[in-house]
Amino acid sequence: MGRLTMELIVNNLCKRFGDKTILDGLTFSMKSGDFRAIVGSSGSGKSTILRLIAGLDQPSSGTISVDGSPLRGPGPDRGMVFQKYSLYPWLNAAENVGFGMRLQRMKPAEIKERTAYFLEVVGLSDAATKLPRELSGGMQQRVAIARALATNPSILLLDEPFGALDLQIRESMQDFLLKLWQRTGLTVLLITHDVEEALVLAQQVHVMASNPGRIIRSFDVELDKTDLDQLRLSNAFLTKRRSLSTTMRELEPALC
Amino acid sequence: MTATAAAASKERNSKLLSLFTLGAMPSKAMRGGLQLASLLLPLLLWTAIASLGLVDEKFLPSPQAVFRSLAAMAESGILFQDIVASTGRVFGGFVLATLLAVPIGICMGVYPAICALCEPLIAMLRYMPAAAFIPLLIIYLGIGEEPKIALIFIGTVYFNILMVMDAVKFVPKELIETTLTLGGKSRQLLVQVVARYSLPSIIDTLRINIATSWNLVVVAELVAAEVGLGKRIQLAQRFFRTDQIFAELIVLGLIGFAIDMGFRLLLRLSCKWAV
Repeated sequence: MGRLTMELIVNNLCKRFGDKTILDGLTFSMKSGDFRAIVGSSGSGKSTILRLIAGLDQPSSGTISVDGSPLRGPGPDRGMVFQKYSLYPWLNAAENVGFGMRLQRMKPAEIKERTAYFLEVVGLSDAATKLPRELSGGMQQRVAIARALATNPSILLLDEPFGALDLQIRESMQDFLLKLWQRTGLTVLLITHDVEEALVLAQQVHVMASNPGRIIRSFDVELDKTDLDQLRLSNAFLTKRRSLSTTMRELEPALC
Repeated sequence: MTATAAAASKERNSKLLSLFTLGAMPSKAMRGGLQLASLLLPLLLWTAIASLGLVDEKFLPSPQAVFRSLAAMAESGILFQDIVASTGRVFGGFVLATLLAVPIGICMGVYPAICALCEPLIAMLRYMPAAAFIPLLIIYLGIGEEPKIALIFIGTVYFNILMVMDAVKFVPKELIETTLTLGGKSRQLLVQVVARYSLPSIIDTLRINIATSWNLVVVAELVAAEVGLGKRIQLAQRFFRTDQIFAELIVLGLIGFAIDMGFRLLLRLSCKWAV
């Protein structure tokens, strides 16, 4: 799944709305199989990064390129999952997963096969005929992830995908996403305000400061992720988490 | 009064009062009873007034007289002819208005530029009473079916456009953007997502606005027509046949009610996800 190699390069990216600078000089790159997280508080412009990479907004200056060619608008090569409200309410889970493939005019037999496969990947084969309103918040987000994966994107863009879920569901969804990544070698860019979520899931983390939004720190996580329940309680994890939380708090002195 | 009787009466009172608690939902049987009463009470009152002779029957014919008149018109075939003529005009004008209003409303809801271009004009046209166009329509289109259909079209198209536009603005931004990231083209986005998501509201809009065309068809027929429910009322007035007028009014109400129910049924069948 996913293309064999991919390189995403974000170079000196700036975004302004009127005279307000949202993003100022962002530079980073990702390659196939990376799991990257960007953490920042609300208002740091972190969602704007994702919208720019998805092609939903245009940068004021700077470039984003995938495999050497600059982006032109949104496309199924960059799958996007929003925080909520993104399932088609009149379609059942399977039809939601198949919707992107139908937009691409794939053959019906192929759509059927891939839909069944991706529903199984997200563990929702039994819920195939349920409407979104009959699914829990966590299940809805898994359908959205399956739908984004079904069009074979080279990168999955996640905008606070579990932010609207209860804490317990959120942890199980994190386990689910990590296993999915480990099993399939997806390339994932995750936006979150949750320090723990970033550390649990990502290999590398960028920390953003606000006004204007910019990356002030980047680091490799380097934690053993074979058992997430143990990881969440381990000293190495707690130390990193505390240090990152402190960094985040110092960035927002006005809020404390 | 004994203590138990007092308690029972108090309980009855509180049950009655609880019907008027905000948002309180009475039982199904209770609601059915109330709905039945909504029609039966006026009918009873009408029968009582007529049979007691409180009002000259030239002005208020009895329900029996109205029913006899209805039966006579039905038997002679006039009623059927009138119904076909009037509903034909209503549907002719309204279908044209819908065919034009839905695509325009959707485009105005989605593209701010189109909205800016059209909205001021439509907002003004909407306030020109449709009936005021009748003289012009007669000059332009004569006195056949065309001016009647055109009147109904004029009377509903602007409301349809603006209400469809409003419905479209409620499509969540996330749904539109998700479609774009799944590779959806503009046309696919408009037809398969925006129109589809708005369909329940659009059906509801049509249900509300067809009542206006039902009003206008009577106005149109008063001006110039051979047949039609509105025309029949006007003729009945000339011969002081209030029983016929009442009969026609009841038929108008019943057909309007049936159309309303038809739209509700359509909504329930086509948009199970939204009801």
